[in-house]
This record gives sequence, structure tokens and C-alpha cells, in this order.
Amino acid sequence: MRGLIRAFVTPNKNWGPIAKLMANTLSKASPAPDAVPITLRDAPDKKSGGLWAEAFRRLRRNRMAVIGLFVIGIIVFCALFAEVVAPYPFDQQFRKDNNAIPSWLPYVFPTVKPKGVEGGYATVSDKYLLGADYVGRDLFSRIIHGTRVSLAVAIVGPLTSLLIGVLLGSVAGFYGGKVDNILMRLVDLMYAFPALLLIILMMAFFRSTFSQSAPGTLAFSLNKIDSAFGGMLFIFIGIGIASWENMARLARGQTLSVKVRDFVLAAESIGMKRRTILFRHVIPNILGPLIVAETLAIPAYISTEAFLSFIGLGVNRPTPSWGSMISDGAQAIRSFPNQAIFPALALAITMFAFNFLGDGLRDALDPRMRGVD
Amino acid sequence: MIVVLFAVSVVTFLLMHAVPGGPFDSEKKLPPEIIENLNKKYRLDEPLVSQYLSYIGEIVVPRIERGKLAPSQLSDYLITIDLGGETYLKWINFGPTYKSKTRSVNDIFREQLPVSAQLGVWALLIALGIGIPLGAVAALNRNKPVDYMAMSVAITGVSVPVIVLGPILIWLFGITWRWFPVTGWGTPSHVVMPAFALGFASSALIARLTRASLLEVLNEDYIRTARSKGLSERVVIIIHALKNAMIPVVTVVGPLFAALVTGTFVTETIFGIPGMGRYFVTSITNRDYPVIMGTVLLYAMLLVLANVLVDIAYAWLDPRIRYT
Repeated sequence: MRGLIRAFVTPNKNWGPIAKLMANTLSKASPAPDAVPITLRDAPDKKSGGLWAEAFRRLRRNRMAVIGLFVIGIIVFCALFAEVVAPYPFDQQFRKDNNAIPSWLPYVFPTVKPKGVEGGYATVSDKYLLGADYVGRDLFSRIIHGTRVSLAVAIVGPLTSLLIGVLLGSVAGFYGGKVDNILMRLVDLMYAFPALLLIILMMAFFRSTFSQSAPGTLAFSLNKIDSAFGGMLFIFIGIGIASWENMARLARGQTLSVKVRDFVLAAESIGMKRRTILFRHVIPNILGPLIVAETLAIPAYISTEAFLSFIGLGVNRPTPSWGSMISDGAQAIRSFPNQAIFPALALAITMFAFNFLGDGLRDALDPRMRGVD
Repeated sequence: MIVVLFAVSVVTFLLMHAVPGGPFDSEKKLPPEIIENLNKKYRLDEPLVSQYLSYIGEIVVPRIERGKLAPSQLSDYLITIDLGGETYLKWINFGPTYKSKTRSVNDIFREQLPVSAQLGVWALLIALGIGIPLGAVAALNRNKPVDYMAMSVAITGVSVPVIVLGPILIWLFGITWRWFPVTGWGTPSHVVMPAFALGFASSALIARLTRASLLEVLNEDYIRTARSKGLSERVVIIIHALKNAMIPVVTVVGPLFAALVTGTFVTETIFGIPGMGRYFVTSITNRDYPVIMGTVLLYAMLLVLANVLVDIAYAWLDPRIRYT
């Protein structure tokens, strides 16, 4: 097939004059005269590696998406090697240096008064890049360690909601009828239900159910994993459980359009079981848009986790989370604005990066959607 | 509408009772007899069904009582009408709160809801006031620098949540430049920062929606008709295009309003505003069942109400839509 195309497109002796003619006519009409002949000549050599390779090429041309990807790379690096990147352990307290500020801070935050000037109250110590918090822990190290929580929620939250949403949505769309009706009314109910309540109740439920379980059971090992993560696992699952309804709607819509396609009919005609068709043929074909939708939703997961930690329901202390750091810092914002502003900036930068990547990914996978929300 | 409220109330009720832990668990263990008496006082010892029925009954069924009014949180009704001769018609009792002996859920609604509602309405106005013009300008200058600028404002909006924007606003405008008071509530200048912090993220959402929808509408035949009639461009854009482009925007405004009015916890905490958000969050962790039920029902009611208003707005915006 490719050979045929090559034979057709490759400029040879006979094609030469025509191509030249085309180039000449085009040079009058189009602002980039040599664009068309070059693509013509290049076309056969270019590998067309299917949807994803093409999408990746488009993604690479999107400058904001590349910047986003780069920032996410840095964040991933920080999360993986937090012990190496951070100058201090996240829970190490320097008692004398509580609320210490670096010497450059008063220039950026003019309301902060270091000791020595009139009315000065802040200990100055350049041991800390961004200052120390109210119990003398290095702010920078805690921000670096905080990437772990945010990244983990950016992975586990979407996976959980994808799993539930795809399963329920595709089943509803595929089987239709009563099943569809019941499941979609469930989704409607979820919309009218405050997500926060569901998350908090889920967390409380998981924690107390699994903490009493006997050793050796699945629940026990889940609880072990949870405490190893500083209490994060159940938060993530709670967040995922509380946010599958959009995914289910999307999955249902996609399933409805996919299930009338010919390959489903073909599978039916060779006598495949309905369930096999659903899992083998329908679900793989609806995943693409759903993954893009989840990527676009990642900032929402990150901010939900930060919000939960902010109100004191997130990860167990002293595991650092940007939300709880902002919450601590906000209480001392008059005297030490750095303690709230820097974690807030870290959170904002992360969300920017994921938003840029998500937008870029959507544009790359579906160019028609560009600029249309 | 009533079906939704009923379903929400049942699910919330079951869920909050299914979660282990009770309202009277505290750091210091109470003696079992006291817990038993407390449970009896608040009818927590009865089966769930009868608890649910009596709770809903207190809200839905109006009752006529004879005798003097006793100011207790168990007999606090939102609507009390004097029928004369020491007979009163009482209606809507959202029950007591377990954490206070003297205040009821109705008290919380009376005192805190207006604050949250005021904040929510201002935030919504800011969201619409920034979002619609921004989206419209972006759509009219598609792929020009103005468009890119407007859309980067929008992407900032979705990337900067309230817990980030709040501290930054406080630091800039409250502490460094001292334009607005940092915390508190009551004067117009107290409203500016929290309402902006709350509304900004939504304004980004609205700007993107407005842009997308307006771009679509501008290609419609009736816009060409309007132009060919010789109407001025401003009339075409504002009356013909923008009005029709508002339909998807109006759709999100409904749920947004409910979320802004009730989901203001972070904003209220950061700016020290005495609103509803705090009660909602603490009630869940405290298992203060009537407060949970009350706030959830309020949220659901607002959501349903907002959706009804949205439907009415649809019919006004697009006369082709008819409800029969």
C-alpha cells in the first residue's frame, strides 16, 4: 500500500514539469510558495505512525504544552528524588529557627521586618532557601516533599474515576434499557449531591472499616499501604469515587456511538458474547477521549486534595501537603507571608503545567476541538 | 424535583449513619449512661426508619400546637404563625445541633446563610461580569493577540484555586498595599477580595464557554440575516449573537450558583467570614447529623431551584424552546 502511494506521489521525470507548474501557480497564491512541493517530496519518507504518533508530533509543536510537560518532568523528578533534592528532611525541626526568613525576603515582601530594624521580629537565617515554618522546618524541603502528594493524587484520582466511570458508563450505554435508566439516575443523583460530603464520609468509612480488620486480609494490607502513604490512599480513592459521574456520562455517550459501528456488528455475527464484545471491542475504542478528559481534570483533583488538606482532612501530619502548608501559613500571613505564598505558588505552577498539557493533548488528539471548549 | 430531594435526603441519611462513629465520640470518653441518655434525647436509639420519618416529618408537615411557645432548640420552627388564643401553626424544623445546647439548625440558617448567600451572589456577579465580556471579546477577535490574552486569563482562572488566590490577594491588597481589610465581614470593602477570589475561577469557566458558544453562533444564518438587514454591528453582536450564545452559559450558572453559595468554606476560612461553610465541614467530621442533613438538603434545594430558573431563562433566551 505504501509502495503504491510512493509510486504515485514521488516526483519522477514525468511529474517534474507538473510539480514545477504547481509550485509556480502556488507561489502566486500562497504566502509560503515552497511549502507544497516540499511536503510532496517529503511525504513518502515521513513515517505515519498512527493516531498517537501524529498526536505527539502536534503536541511537540505546541509551545505551552511542551513547557507544561517540562515542568511536570521537574515535578516528577522532585517527587522521585525528594530526599536528594531537598536539603533537609521534611519533618526535621530546628527549634531556634522557627519562622526564620532568608535575608533576601524583606526585599520581596516589604512588610516583613527582620530583627535589627525598627519593629523587627523575624529571625534571619540563610540556612533556609525560602524560610522555615512555625516549628522550624525548612519550607523549601517541605514544598519539594509536597510534590509527592500532589503527583500521587494526579495519578490515583483519575485512575479511580476512570475505572468506575468507564465501567458504569459503558455498561449503561451498551446494554441500554433498564440498566441504562438506573445507572443514569444514579449519576443524576451524584450531581445533586455535594462531592465534599461524599469524600469526607468515604474517607471516614474506609479508615474506620479497614483499621479494625484482621491481619492477612485484603483490608488489612490496604490499611498498611494507606499508612505507608501517610493516609493518602483513601483520600485519593474517596476523591475518585466522588468524581466519576462526568466520566460515566462521557463513556455512555461514546459507547452509544461506538456500539452501532460495523465492527461490533461483525463481532455479534460471529457469535461473540455480549460481555466479551463490551470489554474487547467497545471499551478499548472509547478510551481515547476519556483519557483526554481525565487529563483535563487532573488540576481539579490536585486542587481537591489541596482543599481537603487545607481544611485538615487530608494527609496525616507531618507528611507535607501544599494544602496544609497553605493552611498553616495563612494563619501567620500578616507576619510571614512567605509561609503561605510559596506553597501556593508551587500549587499554582503545578496546576498551570497540567492545564497546559491537558489543553495541548486535547488539541493534538482532536484538532477540530482547538479553541472550542 | 421532589423526587430528587427525597433521594438525596435518603442517601445522605443512610450514608451518614453507615459511617462508623457517632456524634458523641470525643477525645474524653463519656460514660455509657450519658451517651445513652443523649441518644434518647435526640431519638438516636430508635430504628433508622423512624428516625428518618420523624426528621422529615418535622420539616414537611405543618403542625398546630396549643400552649405557650417554649424557646428551645427542639421546638424551633422557621415559620411560626399565631392563630390566636395561644394556638400556633408551626412549620419547617431542621432539628437541633448536637454541638450546641441553645442553637438549632434553623438558627444557623438564619444567621449564617445570608452571609454566605451575599458572598455567593457577589462572586457570581463577578464571575459573569468578567467572564462574559472576556469570552465575547476573545471570540470577536479570534486568533488575535486580544484572544490569546483573554484565554490566558481564563487558563489562569482554572489554574489558580481559591486557596492559592486567597493568600496572594491578602498579601498584595490587604497587607502590602492596604487597600482592603484582610479579614472580617460587614462593610462593602470586606466583600471585594473574597468575592473576587471566589468568582475568579468561575469567570474563567464562563469566559471559555462564552467564547466557544459565541464563535458557533456567529456562523449561524440569522446573524447573516441580521447583518444583511443593515443592522449596526453592535446590535447584531449584543442582541442577536450574544443573547443566543448565552444558552450554554446559563446552563452552568445554575449549579455554579448553588456551589458558590454553599461551597465557600475555604474563602470563608481564609478571609474570616462568618458563613455557612464552616458548619457544613465541621458537622460532617462531628457527625452532627441534623446539620449535615440540613446543609445537604439546602444545597440540593438550591441546585434544583437554580435548575428551574435556568429552564425559565432558556425559554426567554431561545423562544424555540418550549416546555409542554
